[in-house]
Amino acid sequence: MSIQTWTYVIVLATFAGYAAIAILSRVRSTAGFYVAGRGVSPLANGMATGADWMSAASFISMAGLISFIGYDGTIYLMGWTGGYVLLALLLAPYLRKYGKFTVPEFVGDRYYSQTARVVAAFCAIFVSFTYVCGQMRGVGIVFSRFLEVPIELGVVIGMLVVLSYAVLGGMRGITYTQVAQYVVLILAYLIPAGAISYKMTGQVIPQIGFGSALADGPNAGVYLLEALDQIHRDLGFPEYTAAFVAGKRSQIDVLAIALALMAGTAGLPHVLIRFYTVPSASGARWSAFWALIFIGLLYTSAPAVATFARVNLIQTLHDTPYTEVPPWFSNWEQTGLIAFDDKDGDGRIFYSGDPARNELEVDRDIMVLANPEIAELPAWVVALVAAGGLAAALSTAAGLLLVMSSSVSHDLWKSVIRPDMSEANELRLARVIAGVAVVVAGYFGVRPPGFVSEVVAFAFGLAAASFFPILVLGVFSRRTTKEGAIAGMLVGIGSTAAYIIYFRLLHPELGSDAWLFGISPQGIGTLGMLVNFAVTLGVTGLTEAPPAEVQRLVEQIRLPSDYEGVHIPAPVRGDSAHGIAASQGADSSR
Amino acid sequence: MLAQAAERAEVARYWSANLAILGVLLVTWFTVSVALGILWVQPLNRLRMGGFPLGFWFAHQGSIYAFIVLILVYARYMDRIEARLRKR
Repeated sequence: MSIQTWTYVIVLATFAGYAAIAILSRVRSTAGFYVAGRGVSPLANGMATGADWMSAASFISMAGLISFIGYDGTIYLMGWTGGYVLLALLLAPYLRKYGKFTVPEFVGDRYYSQTARVVAAFCAIFVSFTYVCGQMRGVGIVFSRFLEVPIELGVVIGMLVVLSYAVLGGMRGITYTQVAQYVVLILAYLIPAGAISYKMTGQVIPQIGFGSALADGPNAGVYLLEALDQIHRDLGFPEYTAAFVAGKRSQIDVLAIALALMAGTAGLPHVLIRFYTVPSASGARWSAFWALIFIGLLYTSAPAVATFARVNLIQTLHDTPYTEVPPWFSNWEQTGLIAFDDKDGDGRIFYSGDPARNELEVDRDIMVLANPEIAELPAWVVALVAAGGLAAALSTAAGLLLVMSSSVSHDLWKSVIRPDMSEANELRLARVIAGVAVVVAGYFGVRPPGFVSEVVAFAFGLAAASFFPILVLGVFSRRTTKEGAIAGMLVGIGSTAAYIIYFRLLHPELGSDAWLFGISPQGIGTLGMLVNFAVTLGVTGLTEAPPAEVQRLVEQIRLPSDYEGVHIPAPVRGDSAHGIAASQGADSSR
Repeated sequence: MLAQAAERAEVARYWSANLAILGVLLVTWFTVSVALGILWVQPLNRLRMGGFPLGFWFAHQGSIYAFIVLILVYARYMDRIEARLRKR
């Protein structure tokens, strides 16, 4: 069978599976719709979180990007996994213990302020929206390359699939389809990775393979990374494994970006909300553990895939006569994502770090998708990769849609506009909003507004500078006040956004010399986060302590989920006797 | 009243045990990722582990394995002290 037939078979089979799960897991309550009834096992939630988290960008673009930037890929590898440690240690168990449905709801209750809740809801919608457009775009690209349908039609098909399980099943439907999508995407990633690793180094496990010696070719017997560094030197690129050399990011910038991505990961609403679906705070910690195992499988393979792809690409194409290029080269040439410009007119491809002499342009996005073809793997593997890319994009899109739906129906409509709305009506509204969000996202997926791609890259910095500090302080400091939190959020997100807008939109011509402390706009979220912490704590020191019941709420969320004892809080300031009496009253009524 | 005071002490002990392990784990988190993979990557890259320059390995592989272990240690430890608090 041809690649295209295989792709139709595998993609249709997986889509039918997702639709079947959607019908089996439809829900009738808001608890089911928003948090899957809180009955998801930590293992299943870990898998769902993996699929939720790993987007089209992780699956399609990341390894390719790393293969062009070498050591600098650290910012993504470390940044997008290290955040789970912060999540598991500082946030997930407490948000789960607090219960209820959404992240803005926590912000509103902890900071005893409807304003804080509304601001948080708008931030959540904005971040999720920019993200989801990129996912729908990814769906369209996979469809157009592998199934040869127009991008628009691809996006519409993707919309219908997401719509079927997000609207019917809410969080429950999304969770179980994400579990299935994780399985598809990880197989689609690991099978080609293992096959290529075996082919190049004789090692099936890619994580070991890229530290091994090459099995054949001109550099047989040489360690793969040493050979790659040597090739880079010969062609005039900075060494692959070298850090902070000319042509790479500076140390402070790598540090700032990695920290911004880590804190941003821990502050993203669509990740946090996944931890509401498990039964307990302990379950939330275990769930973060499983999530990172499942994410780590892909994230530790990606840098290996990156080096294999890099070596393969150069060995296959450099100094090869144009008339003798392999068929995959011509296939991708038609999409415009790889191009040869014979500057010296000798008919051979010359690949070089010197832009004046370089004759080969390769788009980083094709590396993962073209890898199985470059390594001459069978057609069904290529088709599986297409299905994996779709699974990654659809699963992330669904998680984001739910955040938008719950923010509008629960945090804005139900809490501000119609507090007396019945559960049945709220559920109906949540479904309608999810449907509207899919359609709007699909529209922007087909016609992406210019700002989306710009903003998506900075969503992490904005999340790090706004949500992360006030969530952590909200749990670990009873004393933090609403004035402190609101001021911190506004100053943090405002200063970060201003820096990004200044360098990206107003003065894109300015280079790294103009950057504050040498930190690029991508990493500035780290500074914004520190500013947020400082402002929140400073303003908190100047304002009156939170009411006793808020301090009790903080005490409560620190305790284990099924803790049965009579808990006696000790308020920081105010009448402690009153606090004890009130808490006893509350406990005896349980 | 006495029982309440004892319980308050127990809860306080639970929370300070949590803060203590958080401190230890966060320092480790910073060390395996930022220190070994970014701050000290150049000297470490002069050492090799098989085919890997060591600093590069921490940046692209080791830090991620360490993150997984850190969460495992924390989840197990917290389950233990939660059980101790519940038993009272």
